[in-house]
Amino acid sequence: MTLTDELFAKNTVTLDSKIPEGPVADKWDNYKQNMKLVNPNNKRKFKVIVVGTGLAGASAAATLAELGYQVDAFTFHDSARRAHSIAAQGGINGAKNYKGDGDSVHRLFYDTVKGGDFRSREANVHRLAQVSIDIIDQMVAQGVPFAREYGGLLDNRSFGGAQVSRTFYARGQTGQQLLLGAYQQFSRQVGLGGISLYNRTELIDIVVIDGRASGIVVRDLVTGEISSHAAHAVVLATGGYGNAFFLSTNAMACNVTAAWRAHRKGALFANPCYTQIHPTCIPQSDDSQSKLTLMSESLRNDGRVWVPVNPNETRLARDIPEEERDYYLERLYPSFGNLAPRDVSSRAAKRLVDNGQGVGAKKNGVYLDFSEAIERLGHDVVQERYGNLFEMYERIAGENPYETPMRIYPASHYTMGGLWVDYELQTNIPGLYAAGEANFSDHGANRLGASALMQGLSDGYFVLPYTIGNGLAPLLNKPMPGIDHPEFKAAEEAARVRYNAYLAINGTKSPDYFHRELGKIIWDYCGMERTEEGLKKALELLPALYQEFKTDLRVTGDGDSLNQTLEKAGRVDDFFQLGMLMCRDALDRNESCGGHFRSEYQTDEGEALRDDVNYCHVAAWQWGGDPMTPNLNVEPLEFETVHLATRSYK
Amino acid sequence: MSNHLKNITLRIWRQAGPAAKGNFETHVVDEITDEASFLEMLDLLNDKLITEGKEAVVFDHDCREGICGTCSLMIDGQAHGPQRGTASCQLHMRQFKSNDTITIEPWRASAFPIIKDLMVDRSAFDRIIESGGYITAETGGAPDANLIPISKIVADAAMDSAACIGCGACVAACPNGAANLFTGAKIAHLSRLPQGQAERYSRVEAMVETMDEKFGSCTNHGECEAACPKEISIDVIALMNKDYRKAKFANRKDLARK
Amino acid sequence: MAQVVTSHRGPVTGTATHKRKKRPFLLDLYSTAVGKKYVMGITGVAMMGFVLFHMIGNLKMYAGAAGLDHYAHFLQTLLYPLAPKGWVLWILRGGLISMLFLHLHAAWSLTRLNRHARPMKYQSKRDYQIANFASRTMRWTGIIVLAFLVWHLLDLTFGVVNSETGKMITHPGDEESVKAVYASIVYSFQRTPVAFFYVVANILLGIHLFHGAWSIFQSFGLNNPRFNSWTRAFATGFASIVVIGNVSFPIAVMAGIVG
Repeated sequence: MTLTDELFAKNTVTLDSKIPEGPVADKWDNYKQNMKLVNPNNKRKFKVIVVGTGLAGASAAATLAELGYQVDAFTFHDSARRAHSIAAQGGINGAKNYKGDGDSVHRLFYDTVKGGDFRSREANVHRLAQVSIDIIDQMVAQGVPFAREYGGLLDNRSFGGAQVSRTFYARGQTGQQLLLGAYQQFSRQVGLGGISLYNRTELIDIVVIDGRASGIVVRDLVTGEISSHAAHAVVLATGGYGNAFFLSTNAMACNVTAAWRAHRKGALFANPCYTQIHPTCIPQSDDSQSKLTLMSESLRNDGRVWVPVNPNETRLARDIPEEERDYYLERLYPSFGNLAPRDVSSRAAKRLVDNGQGVGAKKNGVYLDFSEAIERLGHDVVQERYGNLFEMYERIAGENPYETPMRIYPASHYTMGGLWVDYELQTNIPGLYAAGEANFSDHGANRLGASALMQGLSDGYFVLPYTIGNGLAPLLNKPMPGIDHPEFKAAEEAARVRYNAYLAINGTKSPDYFHRELGKIIWDYCGMERTEEGLKKALELLPALYQEFKTDLRVTGDGDSLNQTLEKAGRVDDFFQLGMLMCRDALDRNESCGGHFRSEYQTDEGEALRDDVNYCHVAAWQWGGDPMTPNLNVEPLEFETVHLATRSYK
Repeated sequence: MSNHLKNITLRIWRQAGPAAKGNFETHVVDEITDEASFLEMLDLLNDKLITEGKEAVVFDHDCREGICGTCSLMIDGQAHGPQRGTASCQLHMRQFKSNDTITIEPWRASAFPIIKDLMVDRSAFDRIIESGGYITAETGGAPDANLIPISKIVADAAMDSAACIGCGACVAACPNGAANLFTGAKIAHLSRLPQGQAERYSRVEAMVETMDEKFGSCTNHGECEAACPKEISIDVIALMNKDYRKAKFANRKDLARK
Repeated sequence: MAQVVTSHRGPVTGTATHKRKKRPFLLDLYSTAVGKKYVMGITGVAMMGFVLFHMIGNLKMYAGAAGLDHYAHFLQTLLYPLAPKGWVLWILRGGLISMLFLHLHAAWSLTRLNRHARPMKYQSKRDYQIANFASRTMRWTGIIVLAFLVWHLLDLTFGVVNSETGKMITHPGDEESVKAVYASIVYSFQRTPVAFFYVVANILLGIHLFHGAWSIFQSFGLNNPRFNSWTRAFATGFASIVVIGNVSFPIAVMAGIVG
């Protein structure tokens, strides 16, 4: 009996992934043929709440409103256009095979499953690859100015982890252009009355009545007012939890609160230890730094990564002769070279920096060198491709990448883990859906480049509008609890108590201080490389720091007007609880896979060593009343189409 | 490599709420590395204020990569501060010297009411987009993406205008509080593309008229272009003006046929 | 007035569902700021044409008293005998007056709009990057030029402040007498304060034109990156020609070249 079977037998929650019948390539079509529909005239009788207005949220809200559902959309930003999807630079994958280089839906599916280190659900990934084609069509129709070739057709580029060119891009601002496309479609519905938009409003609780998600409790960030909203279905498209590390490429306000509050109400949280470290970020320059900035992975198309061979190197990059440079990605992974997947290249960089070969004043980076590309392509072509990224680098680092190589280092970037969802993107709480980075569904243990945008839009445009209808159809004309239900009142009251409590502690340290300290622990022990010993230590340090947070936090101001310190306190609180679960999950997963690298489990060459016998499952955690005592549930993963194999990029 | 700046005096606008009377408050940052960003300096100040039991300075910010458009500071009389083509969040302390006095104000425009301190409400921009800043293409019916070839030059020009991050610096910098650069950028983006032609004239009419309800008028100073973190050219305003005129004629002709 | 929140908190929806009031086409165009800028531009072009031809016509001054006076007479008798004497001139004047009125009305309403758009000014010093003296002083240069125009008409057209205006003269070789325009100009500019006011007003007019003439291209959307650099040159050239021509008259009188 394998560990997976053993754990499965102990499940406290029934995890039905609802994967449709048939061969993997037919599952989505089968699902659509068999799903229940809501008559167009009846759609307006249903209210759907969408929390978050990034790619997944905005596209879901817009599409649902177009179909005729009443949509209430919530964002804690001032505008629906600000979500962090906007910062994605590189591109979006689409299995269009416009380049005629052998791409297909199957290949994108295969690459994603393999890239995810065989820890994702085949059926979900295949659907993602299928709809990737529709996404490109949809976004072009909306006027997203994707890069074009001179003949007027769409241009593609290649990306880490793939051997075909299937990435559509709009300069280094693909995420921005896609989000604006979705935002415009969303705004059209706000204008037409299909969507009611609540801006600067943060979700602070989910209300579950008789086992079904019935609505949410929100806090108006401007007035501090706490109120309830009831609906037939609730979609959480609230992004990932990368800010648990404090220093990450996430925006300052990104947080886990919505997902975490759902988790505390019974939704399972899956694979929290699967966090992605992005290999090309600008290294930290000083201790006051508030965030790290990502440099698009597309830079690796033309940039060469190297470090000096000599750890005591003091010369400037350009003065170091060729033979004293170690182009380690090209050396270690000849077939993928500088385009090796994110986790692989990140760890390679870490090893060299740990070995003292790092560059820069803090010796905390590796070079990404464009001199060869500038020689080969000319300054103008390089500027055309990466000009805005180079400018951005120069503004931040104060160095000109046309002359000196960029310095880069891995940083926390994306979280593959998230709320457990079934094939319909519904959590284990009926009526509660999770989309985009907030769910765990498609990327397994590691996400390929240019796939996040694809997944967000896939969920919002082409999956949720169908699956929500399927879920709502049986509820037609059935009574629904309103916001006067005692559960809503109780949740509001609990939220009030919670926020007043932060104000009442009156300690000495700001929420930022705790966030920074929390981030350090998680980065040190649950970052790029994890050990049993380290994780155990983190699980001692975290509760102690959390205790200090609860007694020594200082939140100034009041709860009746805009108070960013108070908002932050609530988010940091949830990060603490999540942090403990991340470490616990990492400790329990005795293997290395994708973004989860346990030093005890590696090959002789230092590559991740999976344990498919015991860990080929999703770890879905149930809230156990205290952040340190979660209950583990597992969903075994079956690979029928792509055969389990060791991931090799050599 | 990094240098430290000393004794930076900050004059920061504090305003308790929308209707409250505001005033400048002076704070001194004793020391900060020039590698720090401008907003990190404010973080540092806020941390100090909180530990001293004072309320932190409220300012809008999010991605800190110059792309989300949330940050919005008037620094020393310039929207987003002294560095060209740079949002407040990408401004670094190496642009300043020790002993500098830096004045920070919120954007000021009646369409951007102050919420608190340095934070303003820019929803008026959303209203402009809602009125027509889109291409109607409901989910599901899109033709193949390569069906309509778009010349690279046109796609690039559309991208230039589409780069707008909606931060509001154009309005803040405009002596008249006009939003023509913001509105013009969206119109130029959509109207340059073949996909945007069907709604070209109804779009420009609706957007200009919505803009007109909330903002001032353009008197061609060019301040918006100078303040724009994405350096969008005022050529987009000219394009909007032209399309607006054409729209008035085009629609009149169409109506006459009915 | 402070910046005040007018919108209540709560959901935003159906913001684009209201219909605009239907108006006659021209009024509809004029109802928005963009439309008003067209009116500013069109009326501006008309007045630019006037200013230029007024200046060129006055160059006749250098052809002596008879030359200028005959030119003035020619203007008075445009299209005579098809139209009675003076009629065409008054029609043209009527056109100019309506242009001026529209220009002023558009300027006034746009100024009001702009004041309303920023009720609370920046409390610290602005650091303008591009906006120049000309663009930022359009209202003031406009108002001063308007005041000058009033004086100018009282001086040389209606003779309220000029005893020479309106007198008739018969030049040698002429059969009938014509208005002694030349003499009235010379009389006017021999008064130093008048000449000074004239010079200052014309320089301000030049500044107004420097921004206005450039602005027209932008407001009309006559914008082409190929020609954008020429528009500034055009505006500078136009303003300079008008100012140099006009300012030369009082200087010539004061210097005794004309007299």
